[in-house]
Parts: sequence; structure tokens; C-alpha cells
Amino acid sequence: MAKTESTLKNMVLTLLVITCVAGASLGFMFELTKGPIAAAKAAKQQAAIKEVVPGFDNNPGEEMYLLTSKEGLELKLFPAKKGGNLIGVAIESQTNKGFSGNIKIMIGLKPDGSIINYQVLEHKETPGLGTKMADWFKTNKGNQSIIGKHPKSNNLTVSKDGGEVDAITAATISSRAFLDAVRVAYETYTENQSNQDVASNTSVEEGGKK
Amino acid sequence: MSQWNNFSKGFFKENAVFTLLLGMCPTLGVTSSAIDGLGMGLATTFVLVMSNLVVALIKDFIPDKVRIPSFIVVIATFVTIVEMTMQAYVPALFDSLGLFIPLIVVNCLVLGRAEAFASKNNLGSSIVDGLGMGLGFSMALTMLGSIRELLGSGKLFGAIIYPEDYGMLVFVLAPGAFIALGYLIAFINQVKKEA
Repeated sequence: MAKTESTLKNMVLTLLVITCVAGASLGFMFELTKGPIAAAKAAKQQAAIKEVVPGFDNNPGEEMYLLTSKEGLELKLFPAKKGGNLIGVAIESQTNKGFSGNIKIMIGLKPDGSIINYQVLEHKETPGLGTKMADWFKTNKGNQSIIGKHPKSNNLTVSKDGGEVDAITAATISSRAFLDAVRVAYETYTENQSNQDVASNTSVEEGGKK
Repeated sequence: MSQWNNFSKGFFKENAVFTLLLGMCPTLGVTSSAIDGLGMGLATTFVLVMSNLVVALIKDFIPDKVRIPSFIVVIATFVTIVEMTMQAYVPALFDSLGLFIPLIVVNCLVLGRAEAFASKNNLGSSIVDGLGMGLGFSMALTMLGSIRELLGSGKLFGAIIYPEDYGMLVFVLAPGAFIALGYLIAFINQVKKEA
């Protein structure tokens, strides 16, 4: 079969056909994977919530609402309830103080504000150094762990800054950033709560807008 | 060339990483663990096979002057399909490979095979070529990933071999990728010389 000649008409037609077919097949694939992608994301979120505030029997993903921190960051708050009583909240917090880019964490707080557990969701820290934060602050060794501590009574900054948490070896910046995300989550949560108490209004929007 | 030679050349004689030194960006970027290397290799293999297949099918209809843009559109389509599929069914691997999946588009290996092989050969040979080159690429990435993971963090495919504290951190970082790749290539060249 002879090769198609490089005339303008042929070239335009070929490219048109190829891009149309490519576009159509991508649209088809998008429709096909849209559901599973959303499901995978929801499952990941649910798993993270389950890890940081275990034992709930509601669907925190559905009761999620947004809070705005003092810095203007939007935090997602997932209330975890058992039998209708609040047993804790999972807060998706973030900070841009990381060594390279944003760090996103999910942190579980008891209603009084003490830390149940956390999980690192997204980060771009140095492999082998900053990445250790995924387990470092859960490990009960020296003053590493922040589990069970209360950001109000415990000074949750790295020991270099006068706090009582041991920073990750050779990754002080990542450690600072991580603890910053924890602080943001705690402060936003308590501020939101005291607003609700003052107004004695449990309306979500009221508290969130402040 | 027999089909077997056509297939096996991707592993040794014309291995993309060790001999042709193509696709260095994912090679150095994602091989910090064996499983990431393998995942990246297999994703690239799929794109290679599919793009070789399509290019071999449509090569006669494409005017020479718009050859490259046409190939790139075909490749980009398959890369996007891989990206969406991975995001849907293996989200954990997708998270760890991240940005490198879309970057398969600019992997010179894929365009190189489409241009140098699939656009000149028939359908069967092109698929075999894509499969051989892709699996050879996967093998190279997995080897490099295993070495870096073992020396850097004391693990192999996630299984702990020795405590992480004794690992050499440099192998997890970018310089370690260059060092490990350099020694691997030197070793393979030595073997080739003797063979």
C-alpha cells in the first residue's frame, strides 16, 4: 500500500481523525474509571479516619464540614460518633511549611482536644528523612510520640525550639512543618468549638465562617 | 531477524537503560524501591506495546510530515488511559509514582520505538518489539530499585532484610541512583565484553 502523501489536506485530515479518535477513547475511559476513582478516594479517606479515630459507627465522610484556620487554610472536619455521641473528630490539616511543598495530614482529636492518632496523607518531603514522619511521631521512644498528648498542656514544638517533641533526625524542617499542621488543626478546632459555645448555636456554618 | 531475537534484544543487547541509556528520567526518579521500579516498568511496557501496535496499524495512512505529532497523540492517549486505570484500581502505587506516570509521554524510549521500529515493521514484530523492550526496561528498573532499596533502607520489595538504621541513606536519594546505575552499567559492560 502506498504511503499517504504529505499534502495539506491529507495532513489536516490525518491529525483531525487521530485527535478525534484519541479524544473519544479518553472520554470513554474517563466515564469508565470515574466511579472506581471516586470509590478509591472515598475508601482511602474512610481508612484514614478509621485509623485516627477508631470505633465510630456513623459515616464521617457524609457529615464532613469545612473550617477555616487563622491562616486562611481550609480544613475538613469529620465528626466521628458512636450511638450519636461525639467520640472524636478527624481533621484533615495541612501546612505549606514543609521542606518541599505542602504536607497534608489527618489527625484524630478527642472532643477535649487531646491527640488520638494521626496519618500523613500527602507530602513531598525527602525520602528517607522527612518521610519518616509517617511513623516517627507515633513511635514511643524518647520524646518522639505525640499520641495521647494535649496541644494545650504539652508544648508540641521540636526541642530545638524549646518544645518537648524530639524532631526527626536530620529533618527538623519537616518535623516543624508536621507539628505546625497539628497545631493548626487543634487551634482551628478549639476556636470553632468556643464559638459554638458562645453562640450556643451548633449550626455548622456559623462556627465555620469565623 | 527471528521473533525470538526481536524479543530478547530488549533485555540485553539493546536494553533501554543499560545500553541505549534512554528514559533516564523515570529510571533515576522512581527507582527508590523495587516495587515502584516494577510498577513503572510495567506501566511503560503497556504503553509501549499499545503504541507500537497502533503505530504499526496506522503507519501507512500517516503522511510523513505529521508523523511525530501523530505518534505523540497516540502515546499520550495510552498514557492517560494508564494513569486513570492506575488511579482507579491501584491507588497506592499511583500515589507513590505520582508525577512520573504522565511523564511516560516524554520517555524517549516510547517515541523511539514507535519511530525507529513500529513505523517500519509489521504488526506482529512491532508488538513483540514493544513487549521485549518494555520488559527489558521493567527488568532494569526493578534491578536498580532492588539495589537501592536494599542498600538504602535494608528492605527488598518491602520485606525487611536488615534494620533500616544501618542503611546508607544516599542510595535512597538522587545521587545514589546515579552511583548505583553507573556501577550496574559498568558491570553489564564487563559481562558483555567477556561474552
